[in-house]
Amino acid sequence: MKRIDCLKAIYPRLDDCAVVTIMGAVAAELYSLGHRANFFYLEHAMGLASSIGLGIALCQPNRKVVVIDGDGSVLMNLGGLTTMARSRPKNLVHVIFDNETLLSVGGGAPGGYKWFTTATSTGTDLAAIAKAAGYPRAQLVRELQDFEEAALDAINGDELNCIVAKVEAEMPKSFLMDVHMLENRFEFPRWLQTKGGMN
Amino acid sequence: MPVSVANSQLVYDAMKGVGVKLVSALPETWLVHLIRIADDDPEMTLVRLAKEEEGVGVSAGAHFAAVKSAMLLQNHGFLQAINGIIGVSLLYKIPLLMLITDRGSFGEKDPWQTEGGKYTRPVLDALHIAHDDLSRPEDVEPKIAKAMTLAQSSLSPVALLLQRDLMWEEPK
Repeated sequence: MKRIDCLKAIYPRLDDCAVVTIMGAVAAELYSLGHRANFFYLEHAMGLASSIGLGIALCQPNRKVVVIDGDGSVLMNLGGLTTMARSRPKNLVHVIFDNETLLSVGGGAPGGYKWFTTATSTGTDLAAIAKAAGYPRAQLVRELQDFEEAALDAINGDELNCIVAKVEAEMPKSFLMDVHMLENRFEFPRWLQTKGGMN
Repeated sequence: MPVSVANSQLVYDAMKGVGVKLVSALPETWLVHLIRIADDDPEMTLVRLAKEEEGVGVSAGAHFAAVKSAMLLQNHGFLQAINGIIGVSLLYKIPLLMLITDRGSFGEKDPWQTEGGKYTRPVLDALHIAHDDLSRPEDVEPKIAKAMTLAQSSLSPVALLLQRDLMWEEPK
């Protein structure tokens, strides 16, 4: 399963969601599908995308928040899963693309070769961890159709939900993003604060 | 426990007075009343963290949603959160009000608290984070108000270091 295909499958549904992504491949690929003002790309501070999503979800309980995370980032903030679970925002969906490698910080290579793997390559199960951390729902998916179904179901649902998607360790076609971090930083809250009076 | 209830309430009221609606925290002895007061207040969202760095992200999310927030932490919590402070607050220019209980200075009896306090100011200075001490009850309200004003106008982290004289009452 390819990350880009997963993103394509949910892209239309992200229209009215506050989307927070991690850096690197995930950000670049979502951007490549068409940047929107409701996408915030966290280009550093690995692990904190879910914390930012939690802050938004708690402050705008009527807004659907979608965090698009990765195995390397989640492993840097495993405790954050417990904070998320105990806060249990009903309006947050936590998607984790698990390519079993630290791809975007140099752990991957063209052709999908993994030379710096994460522990998910040796058996660590992030869906099981999320479930054990207290997420009311968490599941692991390996097929595109299952991902699409699970992700859309989660976004349309009314419960904190974690979807771990096993994907290939494939580099994005390009890391180019023609939106400056600070432009993105100001554009995103403007969208959050003006669209639909969701507070 | 000789943590000052009255001054904890003063700090809490000052935070609320400047519009703080979300507090993220990890406890330490001097913070117990402050966190309890936040927990008891139905108007306050209290996020109990597993590690302090998460709070930087939570506060950034709150800021994006136009909600004012604060972090309650201790010297070691601040040191633990450095990467988040640099990679979120400073890099993205996001306001962050940190109330740091400043352990390890004159009067500290716990040997394990004597190291972290030494580095808090030099690290704040190295990051060019504006900071001030809170020692006297009469300073609490104006300094918290000014700290929040600066955080919001400069889109930066700011820190208030809660001192022993404010937070601790030696048993008589």
